[in-house]
Parts: sequence; C-alpha cells; structure tokens
Amino acid sequence: MGASAAISVRHLTRVEGHGNIVVDVQDGVLTRCDLEIVEAPRFFEVLLKGRPADEAARIACRICGICSVGHATASIHAVEAALGITPGPRLRLLRRLNMAGEWLQSHVLHLGFLVAPDAFGAGSVVPLAASHPEIVKSALRLKRVANEICMTVSGRHVMPISYHPGWMGHWPLPAELEALRAGLAEAAADLQTLVDVFAGVAWPALARPAEHVAALEPGAYPMMGEGASLHSTAGRITPPAAYASVLQEFVVDHSAAKHVRGPGGPIRVGALARVSLAAERLHPRAAAALARLRLAPDSANPFDNVAAQVVESVQAHAEATAAVEALLADPASEGPLPPTRPAGEGIGIVEVPRGTLVHHYDIGADGRIARANCIIPTAQNLASIEADMRVLVPTLLARPKDELTHALEMLVRAYDPCISCAVH
Amino acid sequence: MNRPRVAFFSFGSCEGCQLQVLSVEDALLELLGAVEVVNFREAMDDRRDDYEIAFVEGSVVKPEDATEIRRIRNRARILVALGACACLGGVNAMRNRRAAADVAGEVYAGRQDGVFEALAASPISSVVQVDYEFRGCPIDRAEFLDAVRSLLAGTVPYTPPFAVCVQCTLRGTPCLLERGLPCVGAVARAGCEAICPAYGAPCEACRGFHDAPNFAALGDAFARAGLSRAEAAAKLQLFNDYREVRAAWERALPSPSDT
Repeated sequence: MGASAAISVRHLTRVEGHGNIVVDVQDGVLTRCDLEIVEAPRFFEVLLKGRPADEAARIACRICGICSVGHATASIHAVEAALGITPGPRLRLLRRLNMAGEWLQSHVLHLGFLVAPDAFGAGSVVPLAASHPEIVKSALRLKRVANEICMTVSGRHVMPISYHPGWMGHWPLPAELEALRAGLAEAAADLQTLVDVFAGVAWPALARPAEHVAALEPGAYPMMGEGASLHSTAGRITPPAAYASVLQEFVVDHSAAKHVRGPGGPIRVGALARVSLAAERLHPRAAAALARLRLAPDSANPFDNVAAQVVESVQAHAEATAAVEALLADPASEGPLPPTRPAGEGIGIVEVPRGTLVHHYDIGADGRIARANCIIPTAQNLASIEADMRVLVPTLLARPKDELTHALEMLVRAYDPCISCAVH
Repeated sequence: MNRPRVAFFSFGSCEGCQLQVLSVEDALLELLGAVEVVNFREAMDDRRDDYEIAFVEGSVVKPEDATEIRRIRNRARILVALGACACLGGVNAMRNRRAAADVAGEVYAGRQDGVFEALAASPISSVVQVDYEFRGCPIDRAEFLDAVRSLLAGTVPYTPPFAVCVQCTLRGTPCLLERGLPCVGAVARAGCEAICPAYGAPCEACRGFHDAPNFAALGDAFARAGLSRAEAAAKLQLFNDYREVRAAWERALPSPSDT
C-alpha cells in the first residue's frame, strides 16, 4: 500500500487573484491534482462589445492591474490591424519603451516581492525587508524606475491612458527622457544585485519537457509581436491568423479560467519559453546574466522561469535604455495616422511578462467592437502547471505534508500566474 | 503607540488598486512601519482576522462575495472601498444590462456547472455600510497615502467635491469637449489631477460624480460640440452603470444605445 496525502490550499498567497491547490493521493495513487481557479469572471469580451473602437485599449487594460500596458498594446494592435493603420518606427519604439517598462516592473515585483520570500525563507516582503534589506531596497528602486517609464509614456503605471489608434496621447519631452536615462543608469547596480542574489538560489529539480510557445517578431527579442508568427520548441511556426490552432481554448469544471492546449498537449508560455526560443537574440548584458544564472535555454524545469525572469529584467532594462537613447537622438513625434478603412477584423499578438497574449476584434461599420476574443498567458499555462504538479507530487510523498504543500505553492508561483487576467 | 492592524481583500477586480498600494515605493517601508498588515493575500502568507481597518477592492459579483464582505464588515472598525469596482461597480456593472446566464453562455459555451452563479456586479456599499471610498480606476498612490495618514491621525480623508474640469483647467490642458471629443469631466469628481485629458483621452468619470453634477447641461454641451446626447450617456455608462449610480443620470439623457 502506498502513501496517502490530502492537500488543500485555499486562496494561494503571493499570486495575483484567487486560486486553490487541491491534491488527493489515495494509497499511492494520485486521484486529484487541480489548480482550482475560483476568481469570478468579469466578462471583458462582453464588456468590449458595442463600445467604440478607440475606447477598446482603455477598457481592455482594465483586465489586469499588473499587465495593463500589455493588454493596451495587444488591444491597440488589434484595432489598428482592423482599421488598416500601420504605425511607423517611432510610434513602435515609444510603445516598445513602455512595454519594456512594464516587463521590468512586473518581473521585479514577482522576483523581489512574491518569489524572494520563498527563496530566503520568509512569509512575505515584510520580514524579508528586515532579513535581506538589500534585496527589497534594490527591487523597490528598480520598480520605481520601471514605473517612471510607464508614467512618462502613458500617464500611469497601472491603466495606461495614452494608447489611441494611430497615435500616442503624449510624446515624451526631452527632459522627461533625460530623467528616465538617468534613472535607468542608476538602476544598473540594483539590477546586478538582483542577478547576483538569484544566481545563488537553488530551486527544486523538476524535469517535465513541454512545448514552449512564443510570438517571435523579426529582428528583435520577442516582445511587441509586430510581424510575428507563433513559434514553438516543437518546430511549429504558425501565422497570427491561425492562432486558434496552437492556442486551443477549452473549459474545465474546476477553473473559471479556460484552459489552453496546443496540438501536442499542454504548452508553456512566458519568460522561460521566450528564452528557449530566442536566447540568441538577448542583449549582451542579458546573455551575461543567463550565463551567470547558469540557465540552460532548453530547460524543462518550470522553476527556471524565475531565472528567465531575471534574465528578461536585464533585457527589459537594456531595451528601455536603447529606446530612450533613440528617442532622445530624434525627438520628432509620429502620428496621428488615420484609419484607411472604417471597419474590419484585427488580431493583436504581443509578448507580455507572463507570455503570449492575443486580442482579436471585429469592428463593425458603426466603428464599434462587434466581437472580441482575448487569450491570456496564464490560461495557456494552467494545463502545464497541473501536469507539473502531477510529476512533482509523487517525488515528495515521503516528505512532511508542509514541505509538499510549500513545493506545490512554489511551483505555481514560479509561473507568476495572473489569475484575474486568466479569468477576465 | 500600537500600530493599527490593517487588511486587504479583493473581489471582482483586476487587483490593480492593491498593486498601486505595493507601488508607493519610497513610502512603502514607511507605511509598513506605521501599520501592521495582517492580511494581504496578493503579497503575503500571513492571514489574521484581527484587523481594525479593512481595505476592499473589487465589486461584489457572486453570492460568496456578499457573505465575505459582511464578515469583513463585522470585524473591521473602519471599512474602506478601494477603486471604481468597489465604490461604483465600475466597468463590471455594464454587463448587468443583460441576463447573467446570457452573458455566461456567450463566454463559456458548453459549460454546465454552477461556478458562475452570478449576482449583478455591485459596489460594496450595496451590501454593507462603507466608511470611506477611495475613488478612481485605479486609485491614486499619493491620494491613498494622504488618506491613510488621515485615517491614522483620526481625521476624515479629503475627497475633492468639484469637477475634473477644475483640475484640467489648473493643469492648462486645452478642453477636449471643445475639440469635439466625448469628455464628461464636467460632471466627474476630481482628485485625479485630470490625468486622462492630459494624455489625450477624454475623462470617463472613473471616480463617479462630483457634488452637483448637471447631466442635462452635459448633454447640451455634447450637442454643441457636434456629439449626441446619447454619446454622453454612453460615456457615463463605462464606470457608472450600476443601477443606483445610473439613476443619477439616466433621466437627464437618452439611452446610450441610441448613439
């Protein structure tokens, strides 16, 4: 007769939104292994319907507090594709700067506030601030500069204001860009602290190969999805219009968030998936961080998503620095660009901190959203999280229950789930 | 001096207001020195129920939320609603115009179970008495800190009673409505420093209304700007469509569906 265990974590802490971990093992047989998503849906696909297309980005960004810039970006890409607007290089650069700011903000929040307590044996950032003040202070300073980027470009770091079809509502002034340049330069030391601190952390060894997916755009590290196709580590390359064939949504009874599978089963998206598919595109400083963290780009260990977020924090800092320099070198603004048609269908795909995000709209002849579909990164990871749990649980059955529970919590946190977003 | 024990809770929302709290940055460590946070699921493992001040984000959207907010109300000496979802219903309330089963069926085709037993998306004050409302989508970080300082000092947090137009004018932003954009700042409660018009977006009244809004005059101003009165109603619908909030404006303006 094998071991038995029953684990029930109600409202997992240090993640965005409400989720429960429920595991049952009877006589060595895993009978239940669920990440229940109990957040109530807000039905954003319904809320968007009937609203004017130029409101879409401001409504869509309300899906998520943490990745609101990502939602605004995917939304504006979908609207611009529908209305035949093609942003030029400067508009794209300004939006890339803002996205880099959000990546840095989101990754550092996760690393410094939500994950670091696991790595250093604290229950939250409060005791961590006493035991490891250098981590918390570095994270706070990095978050501040990241938030400054988003406030400068889009007015707020939560719920960006300035995203309009064909233009941005504010073009940063040279003095604002110089302040960002100085802030980013000062933050370099804090970034190195982050790399050094996480280079010393050992995570559980868990190998479960899965297909990794990311939207790879030409000539850049995957972030903005412009001209991108969906690539996977199984060698699949899928054009945006066929996204539903690689991101297949389905409903399950224990989750208010839909699950997603690829043609080959559960997929992973997010920082580790992007590093898997585009490590050679990393900025030299981010590549150095990859080496310092001894992160294998083809890792099958989901805990390595944490190290990949550290690498991408360096990447986002480098991208933001380069964008600020380029915007300073040529302060000319771009836009507004007028629509070339009144109605149409558009797909916006971007890489947000947690993975591939799709917004797909039909805009009617009245200029209003007639149909909206949003596919959220955390929803894409849910099936993989549960598959990982099924591999992890049997390896820890001989250990005390608290240890198994904590390992499961850490596993879910490693994905940095955004549950409100996944349910939307 | 004992530090007041505070807790954070969330219902149907994006948790962006709690993120604003985590993003007070320089003031975060100071704040953590002034209060004892005993429950904040998004950020910490501890979960105690001996709080004195409860900050609640999000709309009541399912029966369990109503039970939970009553439990929180019974324990908290001071209950603060954070943000548009908690104070007004926010964008969530737009779905209330359609039957809940219809909305759920559209998004979750084929789902049979009762996970989505839904209430009309409602502000916290529809279920329990709320002591203070910190407005906005999201709440403003500086305003949050000021308000918390007021609570700790035992005074009433300040909420501007006037229109967004006042702060927009002080800021020197050219009037969006005069340029033909559907801005409802004339009826909207200020406190946001009129940030949206400064970044090219019309005010959408995410803080609700000021103390003396004139909705008929807003409709007239829309008409003068070449917009329709129904477009004014459509804008107000975005954050202020919960039935008791909507009651303030719906008699003065045509149905938003007439746009």
